[in-house]
Amino acid sequence: MKFWAIMALCLTAVSLACGGGGSHKSSMLPIAASSSNVQPIVVNSGPAGNYANGLFTSVTLCVPATSNCQTIDGILVDTGSFGLRILSSAGGGALNLSLPQQKASNGNVGECALFVSGYTWGSVNTADVMIAGEEASNVPVQVIDPTFATVPSACKSAGVPENDSLQALGANGILGIGPFAADCGGACAQTGSSNPGMYYGCAGSACQIAAVPVPQQVQNPVALFPSDNNGVIIQLPALTASAAILNGSMIFGIGTQSNNSLGQAKVFPVNSSGEFTTTFKGQTYPAFVDSGSNALFFLNTNTTGMSTCSNSSGFYCPSSTQNLSAVTSSGSPSQTINFSIANAETLFSNRGDFVFENLGGPNPGTFDWGLPFFFGRSVFTAIEARSTPAGTGPFWAY
Amino acid sequence: MIAALAAVCSLPGFAVLGEDVSSVQTDRAYINATMRVMPAQNYTVHELRSAAGVVVREYASASGRIFAVAWQGPTLPDMKQLLGSYFEEFQSAAQAQTRPGGHSPLIVQHPGLVVELGGHMRSFVGRAYLSDQMPSEVSNEEIR
Repeated sequence: MKFWAIMALCLTAVSLACGGGGSHKSSMLPIAASSSNVQPIVVNSGPAGNYANGLFTSVTLCVPATSNCQTIDGILVDTGSFGLRILSSAGGGALNLSLPQQKASNGNVGECALFVSGYTWGSVNTADVMIAGEEASNVPVQVIDPTFATVPSACKSAGVPENDSLQALGANGILGIGPFAADCGGACAQTGSSNPGMYYGCAGSACQIAAVPVPQQVQNPVALFPSDNNGVIIQLPALTASAAILNGSMIFGIGTQSNNSLGQAKVFPVNSSGEFTTTFKGQTYPAFVDSGSNALFFLNTNTTGMSTCSNSSGFYCPSSTQNLSAVTSSGSPSQTINFSIANAETLFSNRGDFVFENLGGPNPGTFDWGLPFFFGRSVFTAIEARSTPAGTGPFWAY
Repeated sequence: MIAALAAVCSLPGFAVLGEDVSSVQTDRAYINATMRVMPAQNYTVHELRSAAGVVVREYASASGRIFAVAWQGPTLPDMKQLLGSYFEEFQSAAQAQTRPGGHSPLIVQHPGLVVELGGHMRSFVGRAYLSDQMPSEVSNEEIR
């Protein structure tokens, strides 16, 4: 966290980081006009005030079939996960509704949701979820709550940090709108050793792994909207180097209304792991598109020639801005992506800036097209098994 | 309590970074995993697949010491068992670098120990290696 707080004044870095960056991207996209399927989104420092490249929106939750509702902002918009997770007031979040608890045969349903750099622990509850003019009823959501039962040892033995506080999460919740409808799928509905151990039944404070049917797992709310439920578009304007704030739109549905047609976007089918491929310097790697990753995370120093930062091994710190190119593909459709990586420590020295076009970092053997990829593009995420004018999901298109 | 123990024992578990290759066999005896051995030029790769679909590859030097592990699957392997005596070093380094950014890779680079976690929900990937015990001809890019 301290790393994010260190942003000394250094305006010259803006022009440094700008060298070669941005030129490949077109001017601002037209931002969709306000409509019942359009939700404002913003890249800013988030509710904890220290998030770099965090894409946020607000979500309204209601106790099912009542007018007992609460609108919560500072929710991270994440195409790299599936399902809505809300930080409880016990975790320092804003949620103060009492939502009905989901039950399993062995008690209250709890969940250990693994993310790469941390896990969220809490109960599974149901809520009516409203975003823009869309409403999904009885959606299973995770209420992130460090005081819910006892965190199972199997959850802790992943070794990654517990992200059950506002400081650790940097958000009031996560809106997972990736290409799948449920966060786990069939594996978590099975009993025995093939169950990956994401869901628990908790009697009192003691929790044991539980088999939870797919429809009762935490759901991507978009998939439960009565219409505009086949996917989502993230639209953000182009950016040169860095900024304090960047406004955009999240549009629900693909080809369902006049404001969400695919147009000239190329379609890239996604495999069962939620991935396609990216070729860099002649080698092909697994890849994914993730608005919840705050940089372009790819490969390592050996492969890219860029060293990591001395005070954070999670970002690249090249001595000068590197102009790079890679090809995203999924079978025959392919597209060259030009991008630049600047020195992260120099970027973070721009006090007051929280949006960075050229932020990059390492990632073992993988290409993670994080938030900077979305700047200057309309990125479509189609949900599994849902039909669109360009075929059935899951796919990305841009 | 008995049920809780049974659940723990049925979780995928693997051999241990920095220990002898015989620990691969020991683990295989009580976890539900299949294994195949792939001899490479300077080392042997033991590949295990758990019932939950997590594939772990363990890299053993000619002297039989496991100098690296790599994993891939719909969830993380039991890192505590996989990293053995290095788990606490990894865990405390991971906690120390807590920062907002829920899906950024987690990279620990210590003298002698490198751990890299990447991927996303439903698909995790990573590797850990003892940089001062890697055979000199082996590149860290081969660990995957």
